[in-house]
Amino acid sequence: MATLSLSSVRKQFGQTQVLHGIDLEVQDGEMIVVVGASGCGKSTLLRIVAGLETPSSGIVRIDGRDVTQLEPADRDIAMVFQNYALYPHMTVFENMAYGLKIRRVSAPEIRRRVDEAAGMLEIGHLLDRKPRQLSGGQRQRVAMGRAIVREPKLFLFDEPLSNLDAKLRVQMRAEIRRLQKRLGVTSLFVTHDQVEAMTLGDRLVVMHQGRAAQVASPMEVWGVPADTYVAGFIGSPAMNFLSATLALGGRGAALQAGPVLAFADGPRAGADGAALAIGIRPEHVLHEDGPGALPLAVDLVEPLGSETVIHGRLPGGETLVARLPIAASAIGDVLPVRLPAEAWHVFAEGGARLPVAQAVAA
Amino acid sequence: MLMRDTTAEDLALARATARRQARSRWVAHAILAFGVLIFAFPIWITIVGSTHDVNTIGRGEVPLWFGTEAIANYLSAWLTGGSGVRQTGAVPVWLMLWNSAVMAVLIAVGKIAISLLSAYAVVFFSFPGRMVCFWLIFITLMLPVEVRIIPTFEVMVNLNLINSMAGLVVPLVASATATLLFRQFFLTIPDEYVEAAKIDGAGPMRFFRDVVMPLSVTNVAALFVILFIYGWNQYLWPLLIVSDKDLETVVVGMTKMIGSGDQQNEWNVIMATAVLAMLPPVLVVVLMQRWFVKGLTETEK
Repeated sequence: MATLSLSSVRKQFGQTQVLHGIDLEVQDGEMIVVVGASGCGKSTLLRIVAGLETPSSGIVRIDGRDVTQLEPADRDIAMVFQNYALYPHMTVFENMAYGLKIRRVSAPEIRRRVDEAAGMLEIGHLLDRKPRQLSGGQRQRVAMGRAIVREPKLFLFDEPLSNLDAKLRVQMRAEIRRLQKRLGVTSLFVTHDQVEAMTLGDRLVVMHQGRAAQVASPMEVWGVPADTYVAGFIGSPAMNFLSATLALGGRGAALQAGPVLAFADGPRAGADGAALAIGIRPEHVLHEDGPGALPLAVDLVEPLGSETVIHGRLPGGETLVARLPIAASAIGDVLPVRLPAEAWHVFAEGGARLPVAQAVAA
Repeated sequence: MLMRDTTAEDLALARATARRQARSRWVAHAILAFGVLIFAFPIWITIVGSTHDVNTIGRGEVPLWFGTEAIANYLSAWLTGGSGVRQTGAVPVWLMLWNSAVMAVLIAVGKIAISLLSAYAVVFFSFPGRMVCFWLIFITLMLPVEVRIIPTFEVMVNLNLINSMAGLVVPLVASATATLLFRQFFLTIPDEYVEAAKIDGAGPMRFFRDVVMPLSVTNVAALFVILFIYGWNQYLWPLLIVSDKDLETVVVGMTKMIGSGDQQNEWNVIMATAVLAMLPPVLVVVLMQRWFVKGLTETEK
């Protein structure tokens, strides 16, 4: 159990800068999920923590100790790989015991630790099998077991669930979370799957083009996204962005689609006419008529059972996705929808969140 | 669509297909049988020839069925190597077989050991000049023993290795082919194993021993078969480097049994020797067949 601290970690491969200075403080026992699209640098970050890559600059500390120049084996970490990396010629027991054997742990102690981990993961009956005789989920458990027996300071997970089928993924996700809470080991989990990120993490690091776009709890990332990238990445279906301009002396926005609506939370700094992006999640779009309602011309209907995802166009040609609790709607229908201002996310032109201006409000 | 009864037309089509398949099967088998005949016939002649007395073949007859002298011929070959061998005198075949076996095993084992290590270095380590090393190894492929035979001979003379087992084996041990093969195999070992081993704390030689070697077992076995036969069949180099009768190998020794024409060749004994010389490679192939085929066809996942 330990803390992990990264300070301005940068990484360059030749001319390409992959990481532009990452700072992160991970508390003891915390589960941090690093999430982002492929190529955002999240795997590189994990590999730097593991010691499989050396950062071009910056410092990695585990439990206060500077480990930047140490070999992976000397960092007291364990890693679960995407393809599990189980040695194919060794049995499950040998796979789990290998790291301990190299560290010259005594045979009875190895036996005890492996049995304990195997019991925890319910793979006790598989110890004599070879990895190829196991199903994907079982291999996953063995890979976890190999990490657990080491009793490391830090768990590193490199997209460990991406090779499982959907049902198993959900199951293993819950199991990893439960296990991590129970063992209380500080963990870093890399994934491109936002659902995985939301459900697993105590905090998320949303990576975008080598930078941490936002570091916050899942609900904060969802509720108060720091910029349009984070807003669009977290949540499914993705958030709608409507172009607008600042209006009403900073107290509202004129949507390109038509109406001028007041902000619910307060005024924004800036001159009227400044470009804005108004974000609204599909589940917050209301199917009702009333002041400020817009006609949505439906061009795709995706029924999900309890709800229906409707893709359509607003006057002015912008697309809008709405998740509505109505069953019947057909392509070509025109539905009245309202975009309640309480659910708005207001972003400035560059993509950053535009907060309520306190001074103007007072 | 409506179900329709099978018509006479459909039956005729099915019959025609069956006929066509039977015919093509027959043709294929005929071609294969012909091929087998061509390849097997000389071996048959040799085996049969080794069971007749010296005069039968000396008269120019080519017997197609076994004679009665088998035991005498094989005993003569095994114990004395025949009586009428030119200049060098006879070397018993058991000694030549022993020499050949030692040479072939040393060449095969040496080649595998060296190429495993060099391929391991080229694939898993990044050191300056890595690709240069690889290409240097690679271009030696273009220089067969025959081409570099004079400088190699010179080196062996200077090292005082003429007429020794070391002189016989060492120049044949370095092998670009095996290095290349292992390199290709090592490239298929996922990086994740290397990384997992690093995190497990295994050093390079430990990783080599615990992970790379066990994964390469089938490839090693396949290569051993190929290289053993390669070593066994060496002719030119042993002919040059060895004049000592005690180090005579069977392939070279057999050709020395064939005289230049001023006296009658003991074809029966020569053929018995040929049969004996064939047996060890056949034995190696048969014993290692399971591994051999596995090594050529599948990679462990």
